[in-house]
Amino acid sequence: MKSCLVVDDSKVVRMVARKILEGLNFAIIEAEDGQQALEACQREMPDAVLLDWNMPVMSGLEFLVELRALPAVQQPIVVFCTTENDMAHIQQAIEAGANEYIMKPFDSDIIESKFSQVGLI
Amino acid sequence: MNVKDFEFISQLLYKRSGLVLTQEKAYLLESRLNPVARKWEFKGFDELVAAVRASGNEKLLNDVTEAMTTNESFFFRDQKPFTQFKEMILPHLLQNRSSTKKIRIWSAACSSGQEPYTLAMLLSEAKAQLAGWNVEILATDLSTEILTKAKQGVYSQFEVQRGLPISYLVKYFKQDGDKWQIDEKLRGMINFRPFNLLSDLGALGRFDVIYCRNVLIYFDQPTKAKVLDGMAKMMPEDGFLLLGGAETVLGISDSFKLIPGQRGIYGLTPQSDPIAAQKAS
Repeated sequence: MKSCLVVDDSKVVRMVARKILEGLNFAIIEAEDGQQALEACQREMPDAVLLDWNMPVMSGLEFLVELRALPAVQQPIVVFCTTENDMAHIQQAIEAGANEYIMKPFDSDIIESKFSQVGLI
Repeated sequence: MNVKDFEFISQLLYKRSGLVLTQEKAYLLESRLNPVARKWEFKGFDELVAAVRASGNEKLLNDVTEAMTTNESFFFRDQKPFTQFKEMILPHLLQNRSSTKKIRIWSAACSSGQEPYTLAMLLSEAKAQLAGWNVEILATDLSTEILTKAKQGVYSQFEVQRGLPISYLVKYFKQDGDKWQIDEKLRGMINFRPFNLLSDLGALGRFDVIYCRNVLIYFDQPTKAKVLDGMAKMMPEDGFLLLGGAETVLGISDSFKLIPGQRGIYGLTPQSDPIAAQKAS
C-alpha cells in the first residue's frame, strides 16, 4: 500500500481528500501546515504529497523547496491542490519541483486522474 | 411518454445516426429532448414528438438526433491509446512514410475536441522529427453543436484537469478568466467537419491512423460491421485502428485483427488487404 501525506489547514479538505485517497488504496498521513509536513517527511518519506498552497506557519511552496533540498533516496511525488489557479502560480510550483497541480475545487475524478498521470495508481 | 412515441424516436435515431436506444435508456429521451422542445418553443416533449412526426424539417430532425448523442470526452482519455501513438505508431509512420513524408489521422467521433487536440499536442512534441512533413488531422462528429465547441478550443477548469498533464496545460493553453484557450497553432493543425459515420466513408480519403473510440458501443452489430468494413477500405496495409476500451472487432468484422501486444489497436487482416493477400498467395 502506498502512502500519501495530505497537507491542508482545512480539516474538511483533509477529510475529503483522505476519503478519496483511501478509496484509491493509499495509507494517509495528515499535516496542517508546511512545517508539520516537513517534520512528517523527515520521520518517514511518503510516496506522495497532496499539498495546499496557503497555510499558516509554512506555505506549501516553502515546504516544497525545503523538501526537494532534503537528501532523500526516494523523493515523493508532489501534487499541489490549491485555490491558486492562475498560470503564474502553476509555473512557480513546477519550477519548485511539483509533479502535478490540482486547482480547487476538486473531486474524486480529478484526484484519480492526476495520481494516475504521475504513475501513483 | 408512450411506447409508440419511444419507438418512433428510437427508429428515427437509428436511421439517422445508427444509435441504438434501448428501452432501459428511455429515461434519457425526455431529459435530453426537453431542452430541444424549449429551443423550438414547443409546450413540451409530447408537442415536440408530434412536430417531428408531422414535419420533415431537417433542422428539427438534426437537433433531435444531436441531442441524443453522448459527448463525454477528456484529454489523454485512458492514456494508453496516446502512449501507444507516441511510442509505437508515430515511430512506425516516421520510418515507413519517409518517402512521402505524409501522415493522415482521423478522429472519427471527436466530440468536444479533446482527442484530436491530444494528438496535436503529441505531434507538436515531435516537431523536430516531423520537420518538413505534412501531417493532417481530420476531426469529425455527427453533432455540429459539439463541433463548434471543439473548434473554439475553450475548456473549463474541470475539463483541463481530467487527463491533461499540467506541463501541457502550461505549454499549450492560455488562461482567460476561468476558461482555458488552446494554442492557436494546435487549432490550426486540425480540420474539423461534421460527418455521419453511416454515410460513405470513402469520401474522406485514406488514413494511416483512425481513432474511433467509444462510438461503436452505441451501434448494433450490422452497423458496427458496416463502419468497420468501411474503415478497412480507407487504410493502407500498415494502418492502425484504435477502438475504445469496451469495444472489439471480435465476432463483428473479419477486416481487422488485434496487433499483438497492443491492447485496443487493430491492423488489417491479410484477407481485407489486397496487397498483403497478394504477398501471402
